[in-house]
Amino acid sequence: MGINYIQPGFIVLRDQNRCIRCRVCERQCSNEVHRYDEDDNIMLADESGCVDCQRCVSLCPTHALAITENPNHLRQNANWSNQLIYENYRQAESGGMLLSAMGNPLPFPVYWDKILLNASQVTNPSIDPLREPMETRVSLGSKPKRLEIENGILKTKLPVNLQLNVPIMFSAMSYGSISKNAHESLARAATELGTYYNTGEGGLHEDFYKYGSNTIVQVASGRFGVHSGYLMAGSAIEIKMGQGAKPGIGGHLPSGKVKEDVSRTRMIPMGSDAISPAPHHDIYSIEDLRQLVYSLKEATRYTKPVFVKIAAVHNVAAIASGIARSGADVIVIDGFRGGTGAAPTRIRDNVGIPIELALAAVDQRLRDEGIRNDVSVVVAGSIRCASDAVKAIALGADACYIGTAALLALGCHLCRDCHSGKCNWGIATQRPELVKRLNPEIGYKRLVNLVSAWDHEIKEMMGGMGINAIDSLRGNRLMLRGVGINEKELQILGIKHAGE
Amino acid sequence: MKKVFAIEEFCLACHLCEYNCAFSHSGMKDMVKAYKSGFQPARIQVEESGEINFALNCRHCSDPVCMKACITGSISRGEDGVIRVDTNKCVGCWTCVMTCPYGAVVRGRGDRKVALKCDLCTESGNTPACVEGCPNRALVFEERGDD
Amino acid sequence: MNYVVIGNSAAAVGCVEGIRKVDATGAITLISDESHRAYSRPLISYWLSGKVDDERMYYRNEDFYEKNHVKTLLGVRVTALDAAAKTVTLSDGTVLPYDSLMVATGSRPFVPPIAGVQDCPQAVTFLDWDSARRLKGMVNKKSRVVVLGAGLIGLKVTEGLAGHVAGITVVEMAAHLMPSVLDDDSAAMLQRHIEKNGVSFIYEDPAAKVSGNLLTLGSGRELAFDVLVLAAGVRPNVELVRDAGGTVNRGIIVNSFMQTSLPDVYAAGDCVEAMDVVSGARKIMALLPNAYMQGEAAGKTMAGAPEGFEKSMPMNAIGFFGMPLCTAGDYDGEAYVKIEEDSFKKLFFKDDRLVGYILISDVDRAGIYTALIREKVDLKGVDLELLRQRPQLMLFSNKADRKRIVAGGSITQ
Repeated sequence: MGINYIQPGFIVLRDQNRCIRCRVCERQCSNEVHRYDEDDNIMLADESGCVDCQRCVSLCPTHALAITENPNHLRQNANWSNQLIYENYRQAESGGMLLSAMGNPLPFPVYWDKILLNASQVTNPSIDPLREPMETRVSLGSKPKRLEIENGILKTKLPVNLQLNVPIMFSAMSYGSISKNAHESLARAATELGTYYNTGEGGLHEDFYKYGSNTIVQVASGRFGVHSGYLMAGSAIEIKMGQGAKPGIGGHLPSGKVKEDVSRTRMIPMGSDAISPAPHHDIYSIEDLRQLVYSLKEATRYTKPVFVKIAAVHNVAAIASGIARSGADVIVIDGFRGGTGAAPTRIRDNVGIPIELALAAVDQRLRDEGIRNDVSVVVAGSIRCASDAVKAIALGADACYIGTAALLALGCHLCRDCHSGKCNWGIATQRPELVKRLNPEIGYKRLVNLVSAWDHEIKEMMGGMGINAIDSLRGNRLMLRGVGINEKELQILGIKHAGE
Repeated sequence: MKKVFAIEEFCLACHLCEYNCAFSHSGMKDMVKAYKSGFQPARIQVEESGEINFALNCRHCSDPVCMKACITGSISRGEDGVIRVDTNKCVGCWTCVMTCPYGAVVRGRGDRKVALKCDLCTESGNTPACVEGCPNRALVFEERGDD
Repeated sequence: MNYVVIGNSAAAVGCVEGIRKVDATGAITLISDESHRAYSRPLISYWLSGKVDDERMYYRNEDFYEKNHVKTLLGVRVTALDAAAKTVTLSDGTVLPYDSLMVATGSRPFVPPIAGVQDCPQAVTFLDWDSARRLKGMVNKKSRVVVLGAGLIGLKVTEGLAGHVAGITVVEMAAHLMPSVLDDDSAAMLQRHIEKNGVSFIYEDPAAKVSGNLLTLGSGRELAFDVLVLAAGVRPNVELVRDAGGTVNRGIIVNSFMQTSLPDVYAAGDCVEAMDVVSGARKIMALLPNAYMQGEAAGKTMAGAPEGFEKSMPMNAIGFFGMPLCTAGDYDGEAYVKIEEDSFKKLFFKDDRLVGYILISDVDRAGIYTALIREKVDLKGVDLELLRQRPQLMLFSNKADRKRIVAGGSITQ
């Protein structure tokens, strides 16, 4: 063993006075950090595998544990952070790309935190959602430009829309990147909530076809698990062109996660790497995209709305305009802070643009072109709480996708080690002994609780603004004010500064 | 009657049920203190083998062989259906250990060499501690009406 | 219905409780030649040592008879049974009629035919509370005690006296202690442990003669004693049934409903020969669990809800000087052996079944092994390696079986 360049990121603080040697920490750590020393009847730790997932801390019955950052620091350098130096050490050792998981953790501006909401005072009374009806239902899809009514009967054939009881859906996370129990939790929660979850590009496990009326099935560049039964199984189809966490590149599910069930669901051999190409090899233009959109519509006899999901990138408004004209019913924009099960670190941390700016630009462009009602706009990429969702809707979104927040409800502690496949919370893993740690009975209920709580908060904020239907909030940028941001940002966001 | 049932699909073999059981029967308010004053064996035991795990405690059988076999008459069924050991009477002969087909009677240690078994935490009046503390709902306390 | 129960120990109590599960009102008369209310016979050695006081000797609460509406005649013997007239005659001359009779007369100590033993005032037996009381009155710190017989009773009396007397020598005819319960390996381990407590053993040298305070063995070896405990076995009390014309072998012959050959006469406990579920042979299995369960099954049958009991088997849970041991079944067939410094395990397999075991020290969850024997579980469907490791229900590798059993189903496939 040569020089140890890389130091553990965390250390285990164990209060030996409180430790009862129950060894639950040892049993629960898939990274084998804790161990029991029989000779001295003491628990010991080797932190080199610790990812600060907090599983041991959460299960320790006597609160004897804390995980903290390793106080060991390289010499302070404002340019060369410890993180960067260690990453260079790691690459000098491995010669490979750095991999990361979940969303971009770097301190880029979060515009949600620089936008404030309005509330009614005196002239336009606020509404108390506990006393008066409040509408947070949303329908997603193309809306007719005009309605023809003859003798009191609607003549216009309405495009197929998805009906959501809440303006929140669960974003695409594939079976493979997350566990079957996580998928089951999402599926059951979506069903109970009257909203939708998304299969991601891993296909649909045979056990989950029964949740089809609350499922959006995804078609991505790898076409994993796509067949006519799959397309018909869901309520909508999403073409994934890009992902906020890794715009411009494909995906890679390591062979280790391609176990029997995953292999059958994805329709690929067991133990093979599942590689999604960076582009769809049949799409090089909006016209090509239109072909796929209509192929899918044709295959499902025009019964399913088609979503097209893109990463928020520089020319997002123009791209969205093209997608709206491709026949898609819903445009999904995924911001650069969106999560992933695995992405090259440099891509995750440096590619794409903030969802707030992308959303404002897209909404404005579609309005300017008079095609805003041809499509719905769904945003993803770090919608963290109800107020983020309210701000997104006021900026022009029809609904939001949540991924990371949903995983938090399932127990994720954002340790960002999904790519190891050793998720101690049973979420981002396919190891049976870890998967069983997530009991869908508990998981789905926590998801239902989370979204229901957000829905209450959304209604409370709407009521405060004197708005009693989410349709009246959508694109209502007058309800927003910027704080601490510059003129250009305000202009793109299409909002005034606080005080104006 | 309501009993504790294990769901092996969700048992993590974390063994917390055992510790919660031992603590709950220690009569102490603090788990650390209870541990330091010497836990008695838990009245629930986790079996583990590879991916299969489950916890098991007294089934409170309708035809309890432990009770019939007890040489001192210290095992009895209460009006609530719960089978209990009168530990003042028990002499620790382990006939119950030898006859319980579930291996659910455990041997007390130290100065308490008497038979210990699940009493469904009826003394505390709470949901059994093993069920209450199970982090993954792999133990449920319910009526299954199968006896 | 008029029930008469002869006896007042486990089988009799089981019988009363069995009757009352079915018939809440029928008259029950319980007759015992002992004047105590029901107490636990196996506890007499604990009482002798002082570990158990008078109060803890009782097998059931004080209100047992009252609650179960049992009329007791204690301190009275039944001297005759007339099965045709359906009456029993008591030692005080009373004749009691019955509709249904339980004979739970137990056994009595066997006094070995040793020259001079009948006339030796220091020679005592040890089977019931009164005999324990007598023995306790005879010993003091200076007593030299010789115990004849290293069976269950001999060793239990040894344990009960250890520390209270000057020294104990156990004389056994066989080659090792507890010859009917242990094999030589396990007996050796137990012997080492008992010897640490100031007890010495003499084997294969039967007692020949008692004169004064001197016991002479077959080899000519002489042992001086202050107290001589005769623990050479017991004989079942079969005379009542035999003299009334009932079928009797060594014990009273009963069927699985515990019916004797006499109409409406049942028998249970140490006085009967029942079918051993393991060997299939008729045996006297004088053990409290069998006695209770036989008595209870008989009681239910007597009260009109026939219940057969076919699960009698040899089994022992016993401990000496803090070393627990459990044994069950037959020591026949292929053995799995694991002997360590202070623990011992032998499992006996025959025809894909577990048929017996001997466990010393680590007896935890032995009941799972017992159930496998009792229920004759076919081991083709289980994980043998897990079974050998320790008693555990995990050994049922079939998930459906395992889940059913873990939820409280019976240990069968």
